[in-house]
Amino acid sequence: MSLGNIFDIAGSGMTAQSLRLNTTASNIANAETASSSTDTTYRARKPVFSAIQQSMLNPGQQAFGVQGSEGAGAGVRVEGIVESEAELQMRYEPNHPAANEDGYVFYPNVNVVEEMADMMSSSRSFQMNVDIMNTAKSMMQRILTLGQQ
Amino acid sequence: MAITFDKALGIHQHALEARVKRAEVLANNLANADTPGFKARDMDFQAMMQKAQDSMSGFGMEKTHSGHMDTSAGAGDSDLLYRVPNQPSVDGNTVDSQAEQTRFMRNAMDYQASFQFLNSKFTGLTKALKGE
Repeated sequence: MSLGNIFDIAGSGMTAQSLRLNTTASNIANAETASSSTDTTYRARKPVFSAIQQSMLNPGQQAFGVQGSEGAGAGVRVEGIVESEAELQMRYEPNHPAANEDGYVFYPNVNVVEEMADMMSSSRSFQMNVDIMNTAKSMMQRILTLGQQ
Repeated sequence: MAITFDKALGIHQHALEARVKRAEVLANNLANADTPGFKARDMDFQAMMQKAQDSMSGFGMEKTHSGHMDTSAGAGDSDLLYRVPNQPSVDGNTVDSQAEQTRFMRNAMDYQASFQFLNSKFTGLTKALKGE
């Protein structure tokens, strides 16, 4: 029985989605963080997801023909976080304390609307993983009652 | 008359196992719903059951060495197929979350059905043993 694997898979999904929600929160919180130079300006951050294969976990297993439930995969992981390369917003605000000598300040390249959509998507995906975990839990609980009257 | 669990329980134990395997595959699809380039997978349940039935009727391959590969009702890579996407997304992901979740729920229901059958087998055995 490999019901335990489902917990790992759904758990990895939840971790990944909460990290995505974390970057969204960070992006929205810093959406108006102005800066005087392009180097120090905050840039929108995005996580990069990739699928975990079982063979990555046990590299030696397949060579010996050990058959688990490989191929089913083992969830999702976050490869890393990349910063958006999109153009920064340059605004003319001479009264801003961080304005440069020409009177311009740089605002982050965060698209708030996009971030909100991303937030909804990640929260839905998180819920979906919780549902899966609950279902797996009830499946496991059923198994424990096997043979009872 | 010898009682063996394999004979007494019939196909249901294999069905239950196959349901668990399928649940795992579908859970993996859903966990990777936002992974670029991920291809949704599923298994041919009928083929798996056929395999289980063949191994039950004694036509399966016998394993006489620990290095022999398992040809019975395990979810080998050959059982796992790729889903034909209805509407693939631009990033190459072929997971349709709603459809996958429906399949997952359906699979959980079928699991319960298999469980019920298996449980009634055990109940029957217990009754036979008690002789009440």
